[in-house]
Amino acid sequence: MNNAIEIRNITKRFGNLAALDNVTFSVPDGSVFGLIGPDGAGKTTLYSILATLLAPDSGRATVAGLDVIKDFKRLRSAIGYMPERFSLYPDLTVSENLHFFASLFGVRVEDNFDLIAPIFGQLAKFPHRMAAALSGGMKQKLALSCALIHRPKVLLLDEPTTGVDAVSRSEFWEMLATLKQKGITILVSTSYMDEAERCDRIALINKGHILDVDAPGKLVDKTGIDIYNASAREMYPLLQAIRNIDGVKDCYTFGATLHLATDKNFNLENAIGRLRQEGLTDARIYPAKGNIEDLFIKLAKE
Amino acid sequence: MSIFVSIIKKEVLHLVRDFRTLTAVLFMPVVLLLLFGFAISTEVNNVRIVAVVDMHTDQTRQIIEKFSSNPYFTFEGIVHAGEVDKLLRKGKADAAVIFDYGKAPHRHQIIVDASNTTMAQTSTAYIESVLNESSETPIVTNTLYNPQLKSAYLFVPGIMGMIFILICAIMTSVSIVSEKESGTMNLLLVSPIRPRTIILGKLVPYFLLSCIILTLVLVLSYTVLGIPFSASAFNVIWITLLYITLALSLGLLISTIAATQVSALLVSGVMFMIPIVLLSGMIFPVENMPAALQWLSCIVPARWYISAMRILMIQQLPLEHVLTEVSVLSGMTIAVLALAIKKFNAKN
Repeated sequence: MNNAIEIRNITKRFGNLAALDNVTFSVPDGSVFGLIGPDGAGKTTLYSILATLLAPDSGRATVAGLDVIKDFKRLRSAIGYMPERFSLYPDLTVSENLHFFASLFGVRVEDNFDLIAPIFGQLAKFPHRMAAALSGGMKQKLALSCALIHRPKVLLLDEPTTGVDAVSRSEFWEMLATLKQKGITILVSTSYMDEAERCDRIALINKGHILDVDAPGKLVDKTGIDIYNASAREMYPLLQAIRNIDGVKDCYTFGATLHLATDKNFNLENAIGRLRQEGLTDARIYPAKGNIEDLFIKLAKE
Repeated sequence: MSIFVSIIKKEVLHLVRDFRTLTAVLFMPVVLLLLFGFAISTEVNNVRIVAVVDMHTDQTRQIIEKFSSNPYFTFEGIVHAGEVDKLLRKGKADAAVIFDYGKAPHRHQIIVDASNTTMAQTSTAYIESVLNESSETPIVTNTLYNPQLKSAYLFVPGIMGMIFILICAIMTSVSIVSEKESGTMNLLLVSPIRPRTIILGKLVPYFLLSCIILTLVLVLSYTVLGIPFSASAFNVIWITLLYITLALSLGLLISTIAATQVSALLVSGVMFMIPIVLLSGMIFPVENMPAALQWLSCIVPARWYISAMRILMIQQLPLEHVLTEVSVLSGMTIAVLALAIKKFNAKN
């Protein structure tokens, strides 16, 4: 299987700050690949390099078999890039935006409409509405349609679900699955860890370093840590108490509960007993399934 | 449809949809021209004048008749010598002429309200010229190019110098920077089109808009403001087109420096508006400035343009009299455009 994106030892510095430090990974052809990391991890910088907007200080990268430096002209027609904010012209209508981006690539909307039809769906009902008047989810769909209108081989989506409601986010991932079936390779970044599980493979990135690359399920199995949930009415005293218990490597808030990352010295009954002694009579601790976020927190600490 | 045409079409849509800005841009030159041409003028009209006459002669009657029929004066009547002071103090009259026909040589006296110095000087000059004509040894003053000293003649080139910088430099820089801010510039840059196609596509609509404004300004100047029309109008047009190109290049240069629309506005405001108003000779003559400021004014493009326009529009002189101005403007255009394109490409 060929790789749609090959990144080899890419480094990019801005002054003293290394936005990307010796980044290496590859994205197999026809997969949905997630780039997972918090804000400021270097995701957008990597996208700029892959989209030929920035040149790396060192290292090589190819997209669709084309070098980002040497073949940048041909490469630009092979990729569909959707930047962090949905970059559309707010004072142009839905249809004007789509036709404009089609003309940039020298293609006609009608010729490639079949590709975007499932995404464009609802938008087709109001082609003359200004892009500024669209909801977040609609803007996202229009931006994706504009990025796809020239039938790119590789789709680069930089945080496409930021600022979009939960329903639209879920719909969006279904659209990506449809596009994957049509043979388009998708590199998608997100800071929502829960979206990682919808990718074929993911790369965890933090402070310019790639922490790990694998299928999401395998990564979770690899954690090598036991995760427990803990909850009580008074969360803050609970957090402090748990951090002093033997075998607890880390404790952090996770949604409405606390997650405990533990090692083999941890004993559930002893821990509960200890909390009771400290007056936290309603404290509960029970085993939980670790996920990408737990893994990320563990890797980021190392 | 070619890429170039679709970029221009998109840019025109931006312009037309921003109706308020477009209206302001089209009306501002008209309003400025009319304001400076008519309302704000250094001319003095309707000088209210009184006369003190001890003894009428043919000459005094003749002079008073001239005052009454002259549009610059309102003759308020003949008064006693004792009343003059009171009338001037109460503001009922602006100037008084006291005729002396005692012993020769005659020494007429002008008393003028100088609470406004500009008005006092100008009206004194008017009165003197009327009196001179009637004296035995008249001085013939010949004011060339602008015999009626109309201030519109002074301001029209100045306003043109200001407006084109304002529209071209500020509007283009803001329009390019706003695409940087919204991220759409990145989308244009990752498409297969060349950066220079993007730039050219952005400049053309503003160039066309400037041509419309130029037509408006010229039509107004040659009709309503009564600037004499001659063959030099052709030179006026092409030198203005050169100046517009320079202004567009400046806008492009600013857009490569500024990161946000606000900073683009500030940079163009500070870099252009203030020097144009203060240093270009639009209002304050460059020749009266301290030497250091005169040198500084040399880098203000509007100075050269305004000077060329005065020579061509007001003095109606042929092209060879503005060769310095034209070559300085051409040099500036080439330098700024080269720098702007270099900086624009360097970033990508």
